[in-house]
Amino acid sequence: MEKFTRLTSVAAALPQENVDTDQIIPARFLKTIHRTGLGKHLFAGQRYDAEGKENPDFVLNKPAYRKAGILITLDNLGCGSSREHAPWALLDFGIRCVIAPSFADIFYNNCFKNGILPIRLPREQCLALMEDASHGENARLTVDLEKQEIHRPDGEVVTFEMDPFRRQVLLEGLDDVAQTLKTHEEAIRAFEARPSRAWVPSTKQASRPQSVIGAKGETA
Amino acid sequence: MQHPANPRTLYDKIWDDHVVKTLDDGTSLLYIDRHLLHEVTSPQAFESLRAAGRPVRRPDATMAVADHNVPTSDRSQPVEDPQSRLQIETLEANVKEFGVPYFPLRSRQQGIVHVVGPEQGVSLPGMTIVCGDSHTSTHGAFGSLAFGIGTSEVEHVLATQTLLQKRSKNMRVRVEGDVAPGVTAKDIMLSIIGRIGTAGGTGHVIEFAGSAIRNLDMAGRMTLCNMSIEAGARAGMVAPDETTFAYVKGRPFAPQGEAFEQAVAYWKTLATDDGAHFDEEVVLDAAAITPSVTWGTSPEDVLPITGTVPRPEEFADPAKAERIRRTLAYMGLEAGQKIAGTPVDVVFIGSCTNSRIEDLRAAAAVLKGRKVAEGVRAMVVPGSGLVRYAAEQEGLDKIFREAGFEWREAGCSMCLGMNPDKLSAGQRSASTSNRNFEGRQGPDGRTHLCSPTMAAAAAVTGTLCDARDLLKPELAEGAA
Repeated sequence: MEKFTRLTSVAAALPQENVDTDQIIPARFLKTIHRTGLGKHLFAGQRYDAEGKENPDFVLNKPAYRKAGILITLDNLGCGSSREHAPWALLDFGIRCVIAPSFADIFYNNCFKNGILPIRLPREQCLALMEDASHGENARLTVDLEKQEIHRPDGEVVTFEMDPFRRQVLLEGLDDVAQTLKTHEEAIRAFEARPSRAWVPSTKQASRPQSVIGAKGETA
Repeated sequence: MQHPANPRTLYDKIWDDHVVKTLDDGTSLLYIDRHLLHEVTSPQAFESLRAAGRPVRRPDATMAVADHNVPTSDRSQPVEDPQSRLQIETLEANVKEFGVPYFPLRSRQQGIVHVVGPEQGVSLPGMTIVCGDSHTSTHGAFGSLAFGIGTSEVEHVLATQTLLQKRSKNMRVRVEGDVAPGVTAKDIMLSIIGRIGTAGGTGHVIEFAGSAIRNLDMAGRMTLCNMSIEAGARAGMVAPDETTFAYVKGRPFAPQGEAFEQAVAYWKTLATDDGAHFDEEVVLDAAAITPSVTWGTSPEDVLPITGTVPRPEEFADPAKAERIRRTLAYMGLEAGQKIAGTPVDVVFIGSCTNSRIEDLRAAAAVLKGRKVAEGVRAMVVPGSGLVRYAAEQEGLDKIFREAGFEWREAGCSMCLGMNPDKLSAGQRSASTSNRNFEGRQGPDGRTHLCSPTMAAAAAVTGTLCDARDLLKPELAEGAA
């Protein structure tokens, strides 16, 4: 995973609430078995018309925002489906930081796993940053994760909160799985050996022959 | 009941029983009892596992089935779409290589992962259950902690059988009293989401409680927990009780005999203690809940079927008013119009929310001896091959077919518009699924979420309508 330390970029504003993951990447594009190549389908429903032509009014199609690295929305960004294709599509487009007053839980988690920094800011501050963003190339924002600061074009500094563990993972670009296996293998094994775990059956083989659900929903 | 010194919620207890280790910053390494896999969110996880040379740590705690991408038409033919076929073949190759139990596409056990897990007894009370799918919350109906994860977390669970998690807050939604005849679990849940909003449960695990919840069968509880994610919650759960144990008993992968009795003894300790703390509590009066339907493009856009579509000018917040305006334009509705009477093009009965045998029975009760209105395409997609088979044994398929419904094979189908079952632009559906987002059922499709009873009624009249009007004799009989 790519590290996130500091980013200076144009920001694109999408002043909508409940921007769900079906909007970020519609299900018809989830047939891939790879993580890459989804950027062209990002926000497909709003970005293209029925014939696949670009909608010139959509923010990411405007010349100033075609290389936006930051996306700002209103409340509950990333609600709905757990699809990690949403952060993959954002990343493939070039967006490394998303800013909103609130996020849906799973999307928020998924961002960290892909080197995307999700920042929660009060609505007023999001609106102020959207105002900055409206100036396009003339108003780049700088996001500094080390200092937990956003530098506005007029020099004002906005600070943000961040969980220290997650911050570290992003700053160092750590591989979660390797970390867990390295640090916790013994604890996991000890947990698995607990006598209180004995009741949990195996999924390898049914303990009863496969049968059908009968007339009243009982197993026959 | 004894009042424990440290009263805990159902969620607290399951959480505590699965903490492998708590780290300095309060994050916990949580052990996962069941990992369910499907074809869409797992290929990249297996790819990474292979690249790192890691095995699946606990194939015996894992179960896979293809559901999202599968055609629900003729199963004897190969999957036509090359990308879909590749995704299914990739899952089949992965489960073989890593030794993961799998229900093949042409087996009767195949179906929607959230229908199959409970049906097989793979999902059990007291467990932690994850899947790369937000509707994993469904399994919480058994009194398990079940939640959706992304593909990176799928990889983490495959490799370590654990997840790093922060404890969520506790929220209780109590629904007290009896619902009126013709009011279903779907109406209860839509009413809850309408009340608390799509972010109402964010950061929380919801426990559903109260007499109206206790009175629901397992299918109803699954419908309820399924849509917890639509209320923004990490998970939804219902305490396991005799209804739960009766459902689980004898399922193929459930403990049997003495092992079952021992498990039940443990499961009985899981209910929330008296005096346990909830960070949030919401109470609904069951008697006030009416058959409901969504009018907009967010699951919180809920109306009683007797209601009228909102007017933008009723909202003081300009952003809200703008959203209403935009939603009305997308949905092709007029501000202030009655929702009942809105004509529909498609009726979809299916999805992990409402495709169980009980749901099919409820729809069939409306359809018996009736016909689908002219010009309406109506389809029923059972949640699993076993549900389909059971329905055929009961003769429900005949009722559906005679009414003019398509009787299809199991899968996610029109819930999400990634397989051949889709709405065309501008088409309007009455759908028993869970999301009415823009484009969810196909680009520019318009979705009205409702119960199987209401969807069946919409099929008959060709419009969104109050199903109780069609059920009058049956309801009167039920009340007598």
